[in-house]
Amino acid sequence: MSIIDNINKLFDHRIRLGIMSILMVNEKVNFKRLKELLEVTDGNLASHIKALEKAEYIIVEKSFIDRKPNTQYMATKLGRAEFKKHIEALENIIKKQMN
Amino acid sequence: MQKDYFKDISEIKDLMNRSSRFISLSGLSGILAGCYALIGAAVAYLYFLPPAINIDYFSTKEIKVNYIILDLILVAAFSIVTAIILTMKKAKSNQEKIWDATTQRLLLNFLIPLAAGGIYILIQAYQNHFGLSAALMLIFYGLALVNASKFTIGNVQFLGYAEIILGLICAAFPGYGLYFWALGFGVLHIVYGTLMYRAEKKQ
Repeated sequence: MSIIDNINKLFDHRIRLGIMSILMVNEKVNFKRLKELLEVTDGNLASHIKALEKAEYIIVEKSFIDRKPNTQYMATKLGRAEFKKHIEALENIIKKQMN
Repeated sequence: MQKDYFKDISEIKDLMNRSSRFISLSGLSGILAGCYALIGAAVAYLYFLPPAINIDYFSTKEIKVNYIILDLILVAAFSIVTAIILTMKKAKSNQEKIWDATTQRLLLNFLIPLAAGGIYILIQAYQNHFGLSAALMLIFYGLALVNASKFTIGNVQFLGYAEIILGLICAAFPGYGLYFWALGFGVLHIVYGTLMYRAEKKQ
């Protein structure tokens, strides 16, 4: 078994990794803020959010502010655990590379 | 499958910082705030306060409360305006938005202890209890810094700890409030601002 096994395929993409990083340190983040931070287009961001949502790594909370839809995203317990595993795997690989 | 995982890690770190911490505070504004505080303390010493040794705790006629409060407000106003101008400049060069979730969170967490302390001190002052005003200002300001430090980079919490400790010592030496105040808001700001300024230059 190689350490690559712990690398999460779902996080092996810049934008999905980015979404998860942001949600690890922020309780709730809305779509606009994610877009600003990651500098991506609406469609691109939406498709990556869908992928994370499907895996139940994040949950979506829809509400309205002044009748305008406001969609917030949060990391789930599962998402947090998987992200931590992924980071540990990255660290192990880097350590191996340095030896 | 050789991928640059270093890049992944640094990108994660960068996003975590950018999304949760405000990074554009400038050391220079700390230095200038310290200078204003020293000037304010000198003005209060020369014009509004009797010498420490002659303070009569039962007579407050000699202490011109309103002038002192005006003096404090001016010091605070100059410091805030300077901080806003320098922060805006730095945010621009960092290509950071000045008014986003990180700034709002930073300000809110800074202002809660500060406002509570400030109002408390004002209530006490208008009831002629100002013996501990300087100590309380230092303590509440320190608490505000420690609380806000979670939302910015740098080591503001250490300045906060220093202010709290100084405030507690100040409380033990009544009559010398002004000196401790000048030390905490003047000297400590200049020292901390200088350290931060040098760290910024290195980057």
